[in-house]
Amino acid sequence: MSHLARDKTKPRGHAASPATAGTAAVEAVALHISRGRTRILRGLDFSIGNGRITGLLGPSGSGKTTLMRGIVGVQKITSGSISVLGQPAGAPSLRHDVGYVTQSPSVYPDLSVEANVRYFGAMHGATAADTAEAIAAVGLEEFARQKTADLSGGQSSRVSLACALVSRPKLLVLDEPTVGLDPVLRAELWERFAAMAEAGTTLLVSSHVMEEASHCSSLLLLRDGLLLAQLSPAELAERGRSNDLERAFLHIIQEGLAAQ
Amino acid sequence: MNPRMMLATTARVLGQLRHDHRSVALILVVPALLLTAVYFLFENETLPPGFPRTFDRVGLMMLAIFPFVVMFLVTSITMLRERTSGTLERLLTTPIHKADLLFGYALAFSIMAALQSLVATAVAYWVFGLDIKGGPGLVVMIAVINAVLGVALGLLCSAFARTEFQAVQFMPVVVVPQILLCGLFVARDRMNDVLEAISNVLPLTFSVDALQEIAGNAEATSAMWQDAAVMVGIVLVVLVLASLTLRRRTS
Repeated sequence: MSHLARDKTKPRGHAASPATAGTAAVEAVALHISRGRTRILRGLDFSIGNGRITGLLGPSGSGKTTLMRGIVGVQKITSGSISVLGQPAGAPSLRHDVGYVTQSPSVYPDLSVEANVRYFGAMHGATAADTAEAIAAVGLEEFARQKTADLSGGQSSRVSLACALVSRPKLLVLDEPTVGLDPVLRAELWERFAAMAEAGTTLLVSSHVMEEASHCSSLLLLRDGLLLAQLSPAELAERGRSNDLERAFLHIIQEGLAAQ
Repeated sequence: MNPRMMLATTARVLGQLRHDHRSVALILVVPALLLTAVYFLFENETLPPGFPRTFDRVGLMMLAIFPFVVMFLVTSITMLRERTSGTLERLLTTPIHKADLLFGYALAFSIMAALQSLVATAVAYWVFGLDIKGGPGLVVMIAVINAVLGVALGLLCSAFARTEFQAVQFMPVVVVPQILLCGLFVARDRMNDVLEAISNVLPLTFSVDALQEIAGNAEATSAMWQDAAVMVGIVLVVLVLASLTLRRRTS
């Protein structure tokens, strides 16, 4: 995987189309989020560029999901701000433009794949052709009429993804989309994400598997609710002194601990 | 509100039910079977001439109570699943309006309730010769309003349950007192003051009153319409309360 890291990152931000380059799709300023008494995110500042894939990486419990929920606007912010496509996160006008795929598939198990995608599509005025296209995009054409409950775990999460793709969001937020997928499917999905970014979609993808970082053009490294770094995979390899991004990440964590 | 999103929700809820043959069968057949049991319970009663059969009174009220109970249960479980599975949160990130979702649900289950009470009312009239002065159409109308009341209360109660087990426990809390106090077991004017006062404000009471109006009069009376209007009002209030429990943003 490390060879991928190298050639993917040479032209950092190559995926951003000229028209949108330079503008931020997501911008967080002094972001704090607490749930109950627990402080989940403790002061994040970052911005995510338009039309590229940003990876949100960190161990489980680091606050990845809370951050994503904040960006899509379902999580109350304690202090600070998140702006999405130039508006405050969760603004009603963003509901057409932001797609969110949760970690566990949020679809109706007792409906067919097609009925699920059609229903979520109906919220965005999607046509039958859009529905078919979204199902094809996740490679489930031959299962379109099957009940989602009868599919495997990986297939259901692809149904969940199709339900987000059908609205053609400008910003797509994906929480661990590749968990439980076999390597072939994982590679296919990353290809699809890359194609979407090429076409101008902004993607924010979380993962706790560091090797997936190589597919992203920018990385947010999160640990214990703090942003350790925002960098490209090449910079990560350099700063962490390893082409193994997992090791590089660990090195950066240790560096941080030593500095404290 | 957006009719397209509301109807898509109705179609989706009905689609979910359609795959569940057993639930559909239970919804459609069980009330008719229970009605049969009620008929045979009172089969051998001896009545003074000219006195109405107990079945004509109790059977009629049950026509309105079944859809209420069944739709309360079906809705609270379905909505709870929606809340716990993440589909609700996902829906609320889309442009759908809360009212589209709630009225979509209400419409889907009222269609089921209409079918259910058509079957039960047909059995009551044609098989057991239910003998009341008013027409079956009004009976079905009250039954459907009752069903929507069950849907609205189910949507609301699902907010206070975390598991399906808890959701089912709301039945003794929300449904049973209404059945006890609606006038089915003891006429309301013979209850003590406290119970009568409580029964005066319970929604199901109005439907039993309306049915008694239908039973006693060949034409729809203004008292019946008034009861129906009060119930529709209660349904709308409960739906508004239910919509307050749908949060787009949680802390």
